Amino acid sequence: MSSAIPWWFDRLLLPLLNILLAFGACAIVLWIAGVDVLAGVQVMLQGALGSKEGISYTLYYATNFIFSGLGVALAWHAGLFNIGGEGQATMGGVGVAIVCLYFDNLPLFILMPLSLLTAASFAALWAFIPGWLNAYRGSHVVITTIMFNLIASSLLVYLLAGPLKAPQQMATVSQIFAESSWLPSMAQLAESFGLSLPNTPLNITFLWALVCCVLLYIYLWRSGIGYETRVVGFSHQGANFAGIKRKKIVMITMAISGALIGFIGLNEIQGNSHQLHVEFVAGFGFAGIAIALMGRNHPLGIVIASILFGVLYQGGSELAFSVDNIGNDIIMLLQGLVVLFCGALQWMLRPSLLRWLNVKVRQADVIAVKEVNRG
Amino acid sequence: MDSLLSWLQLFDASFRLATPLLFAALAGLLSERSGIIDIGLEGKMLFSAFAGAAMATISGSPWQGLMVAVLAGMLFSLLHAFVCITHKGDQVVSGIAINMLALALSSILAQRLFSLGGMTPILSSEQRLPSLNLPSLIDKDDSWISLLYWKLLSGHNILVYVGFALVIALWLFFKFSPLGKRLYAAGQDPLALARAGVSVAATRYMALIAGGAICGLSGAYLSIGHGAGFFENMTVGKGFIALAALIFGKWHPIRVFGACLLFGFLEALTIRLQGLAIFGIDSLVPIQLIEILPYVLTLLVLAGFVGHSIAPKALGKS
Repeated sequence: MSSAIPWWFDRLLLPLLNILLAFGACAIVLWIAGVDVLAGVQVMLQGALGSKEGISYTLYYATNFIFSGLGVALAWHAGLFNIGGEGQATMGGVGVAIVCLYFDNLPLFILMPLSLLTAASFAALWAFIPGWLNAYRGSHVVITTIMFNLIASSLLVYLLAGPLKAPQQMATVSQIFAESSWLPSMAQLAESFGLSLPNTPLNITFLWALVCCVLLYIYLWRSGIGYETRVVGFSHQGANFAGIKRKKIVMITMAISGALIGFIGLNEIQGNSHQLHVEFVAGFGFAGIAIALMGRNHPLGIVIASILFGVLYQGGSELAFSVDNIGNDIIMLLQGLVVLFCGALQWMLRPSLLRWLNVKVRQADVIAVKEVNRG
Repeated sequence: MDSLLSWLQLFDASFRLATPLLFAALAGLLSERSGIIDIGLEGKMLFSAFAGAAMATISGSPWQGLMVAVLAGMLFSLLHAFVCITHKGDQVVSGIAINMLALALSSILAQRLFSLGGMTPILSSEQRLPSLNLPSLIDKDDSWISLLYWKLLSGHNILVYVGFALVIALWLFFKFSPLGKRLYAAGQDPLALARAGVSVAATRYMALIAGGAICGLSGAYLSIGHGAGFFENMTVGKGFIALAALIFGKWHPIRVFGACLLFGFLEALTIRLQGLAIFGIDSLVPIQLIEILPYVLTLLVLAGFVGHSIAPKALGKS
C-alpha cells in the first residue's frame, strides 16, 4: 500500500492534467464546430510570438491578466471569492481618467504616482464595501461583488454621458488626455537605454505588474498580515482561536484585491487609449478567475498563466482577422474550460488517478515482499 | 385618460420585461432551494436563447425551437449538477464556467451556422411563439376595467401566461407536494433528508434539471417570444438581475414574482425615460440611478438593512 501521496501529485501532476484537459476539450469543441484547429494554432502562435511586435502586444495583454489574476488570488487566500473584477477595474479606470483630465498640468513624475494611487483607492473602495458587508452584515461576497459590477457599469455610462463626456463628441468617450499625462511606453523607455522596440501599447505598467507580483508574494508568505490572511482562508475557527480579527482581514484583503485589479485602468486608460471609454474592461476583470485558477493562486503561476492568455489574446485577435471572426470567442471558450476543469472539476481525476497509481505501487510492494521471502 | 393609457403601457411593458427575469429566477429558486448555488442562470438563459432561435430558424417551427431551448437549459444544468453534486466541485466556480462557456459557444455556433456576425437570422412572425388574446369576457369599451383587461392583461406572448401559471404551480409544489418538501429539505437540512431515506443527490439532480428546463423558457422568451432572433450576449446581465430578484424575493415563489415585477417595472421606466421626457422625472434623476435600483435594493436586503433575506440553510455546502 502506498501510505502517502507524493508531493508532486496534487501540486504538479493533477493541475497539469487539468490544464491539458481544458485545452484538449477546447480543441475538440472547435474541431466539432468545424474550425481547422491546427491551422488556427499556427496563426495564433505566429501572431503572438512570431515578431517583436506580436510579443510586445502579448505582454501588453498579459499585464491586464496579471493584475486581475493577482487580485482574485489574494482574495482566494482569505477564503473570499472576488468576482467583482469588472467593476473594480472600471473604477480604477475612472480614477485614472479623473486624475489625467483634471491634473494634467502636473509633471509626469508627480502625476504617475497620483494616478496610481487614485486607481488603487477607487478600485479598493469598490471592493472594500463588499468586504465590509461580508464582515459586518454577513453578505455573501459573490453576490455583492456581482451587484457592484453592474452598478459600476451603470456609473461609467452615467459619467461618460454627462460629467466626463467630451464636449463636441457624439460618442460616449471622455476627452483625450494631454499628451504630457500619458504613461511612457516600453518603446520610449527602451529608447532612453539605446534599445529599439516596436511602438505598441506595451507600457511601463507591465513593469509595475511584475513588481506587484513580487510585492504580493512578500505580503502573503513573508509578512505577519499575510500569514493571518492565509489562516483566515484556511479556517474561520482556527483564525478565531489564534486571536486573528477576521473582520479586519476580510476588509483589508478585499480592498487590496480590488486595488490590484484596478491597475488594469492604468494599463488600458493611461497607458493605451488615453481617454475613458465604455468598453475598456472588456472581460479582463472576469478573466482573473481563470488566471488565478490556472496559476494555482501563486504569483509565479499567475505570470505564466497571464503570458499564456496574452498569447491567446493577441493570437486570437490575429485569428479574428483571418478566420471567421471568432478569435475572441475562442478565448472565452478556453477561459470557461479552464475555469471548469482547473477550478470546478479540479479533483475529478484524482480518485481514479490515485487508484491507477496505487495499483503500481502495490505491485512493487508485492515484488518487494517476494524478495524478502526469498531472502 | 392619456396619463391612464401611458401608465397602462408602462405596466404592460413591465410584464413583458419581467417575464424573462421570472423564468430565470424561478429556475434559480428550484436550484437554490435544493441547496445548490446557481449563478450560471445568465449563461443558461443565453445559450437556450441561441438554441431556440437556431432551431426555430432551421425548422421554421417556434415549438421545436422552444423544445430545443428547454433541452439546452437542461443540458447546462446537468453539467452544473455533475460538477456540484457528483464531484462536489465549487458551485460558484461551476456557475462562472457555465456563463463563460455559454457566451463563447453561443456566438461560435451562431457564427458557424449562420455567418451573420454571431446573430441568427431575424425570425418571421410564424417562426415566433404566438401571443395570446384572452377570451372576450369583457366588452371592449372605454371603461377602465375594459382597458385594464384588454390593454394590460390580454395580448401578451403565450410564455408570459406560462410564467404566471408557473409561479402558482411552484408555490403549490413547495406548499403541498411531498416532492416539494423533499426538495426544500435538501436545501435546509440534507442530513435529516438522508436519514429519512431519501437520496439528497437524486433530489438535487432533479431540482437542477427542472430548473434548467425553466431557465430554457426564459431564453426562448427572449429570442423567439418577445424578440425575433438571437444576437451575441443578448441577455446582457438579465441572469444576474434574476439572481438579484431571487434574493430580493427571499427564495419564495410569490415574493420572487413580486421582485421580478418590480425590477421589470424599473426597466420599463428606464426605457420609457430614455424615449421621451414624460413624468418630469428625467430632469431630476439620471436614468442610470433607476437602472441600478434593483442592485441597490438587493444589496440593502442582503445586508439586512431592509428586511432580511435568509438563504436556504445548506446553500452552497455540499
